[in-house]
Order: sequence, then structure tokens, then C-alpha cells
Amino acid sequence: MADTTLAPLIEFLIAAFLLIGAAFIFIGALGLLKLPDFYMRLHAPTKASTLGVGGTLIGSAIYFTATGGGISLHEILVTFFLFMTAPVSAHLMAKTALHLGVPNVSGAKERAQGTPTPGGESARRSDAAPPASRPDVTG
Amino acid sequence: MIAAVLPLALALVAAAVLMNLLRLLRGPSALDRVLALDTLYINAVAFIVLLGITLRTSLMFEAAVLMAMVGFVSTVALCKYFLRGDIVE
Repeated sequence: MADTTLAPLIEFLIAAFLLIGAAFIFIGALGLLKLPDFYMRLHAPTKASTLGVGGTLIGSAIYFTATGGGISLHEILVTFFLFMTAPVSAHLMAKTALHLGVPNVSGAKERAQGTPTPGGESARRSDAAPPASRPDVTG
Repeated sequence: MIAAVLPLALALVAAAVLMNLLRLLRGPSALDRVLALDTLYINAVAFIVLLGITLRTSLMFEAAVLMAMVGFVSTVALCKYFLRGDIVE
């Protein structure tokens, strides 16, 4: 039914947005599954999945604007809300990970050698290291 | 063209949801599970939007708006719990 009512250019645009958005969501989830570190895993879906959801919602907005008659604004609302809240939640998760001392890859290696890590707040949590060993963490 | 692209997009997002569930089961720390839940609700919003295009109804967007808002609030509440040990101080 949609093939008869839409212009070919509009249809190609909707299909491209939907496919690019779904591909970005897939890449973000692949990064969440495959990357070795919590901070890398935080990096992958908070950027790629947000962009993918944005592309999917833009395609959906074009589709419902082209078929439904009026301008569809629900998708713009969801896009705006997700693009505002995703960096906030990512920042909160990164701050909580630094607070809890979730180990990263290089930090685990350096901590095994006995040198203080530049980003390791877990030193404060485990054995009360002096604050001079981590001068530039508390930003 | 949309009818050809939509099953592929739905399959990609469904595979992404399955990978998020695998990370949710596997995650070494609790924050990995919080991150997996955060990604899971974002992908569920995209899945609901694609389902709305497939079924040609605009009824799904209220569900998408509700999931976006409740998911963000739940992520913030979990992060506050892990950060302070309490949600409301």
C-alpha cells in the first residue's frame, strides 16, 4: 500500500534513514557486547545507538508526514528527548564507574605491576592511597 | 522499497536487543548491567517505532515517549543508588 502512495524519492529517503539507523543500532550493540572494558562499552552504545535511534525516528517522521496528511511531531519529541537524556545518563554512568572503581584494561595492567594508575579511584577505595598519587582525577 | 527494507531493519534491531540481553546476563560488574538496560530501552524505542511503521499505526509513539522517559528516570535512579547508596536523600 505504501508503494502506491509515496513518491519514489520520498520512499528511497525513508528506506535509507531506516536502514542506516538500524545499522547504527546494530553496531552499537555489537560494541556493547564485544569491547573489553566498561568505559569502551560505555563509549559504543551511547553514541552509535543514539544516532541509530535518531535516524530511525527521522525516517518514521518522514513516513508519517508523507502518508498521514499532517506533520507528525511525536517522533521529533522522542528524538529531542533521547538526544537530551542520553549524554546525561552516559555521564552519570561514567561518574558512577569512576566512583566505584570499575577496572579498565590499562589500569588493571598497571595495577598488577604495582604503580599507581592515573585514573584509578579504586586505590582510594581499596587501601586508602595518599591523594598525591592521583593529582588530576577529581575534576 | 520500504517493504523490502523494514524486515531487514527489524532483524538488525532484534539482533541488537539479543546482544544487549547477552551483555545483561554476562556483565562482570553491576554497572555493565545498568548500561545494558540503558541500551536496551533505547533499542526498544527504535523497535517500537519500526513496528509502528510496519503496522501503519501512529498509536505506538505514546509508548515510545513513555519508554524513553521511564527508561531515563530508571537509569538515573540506578546510578544515584550506586553513587550514594540511596536514591532520595
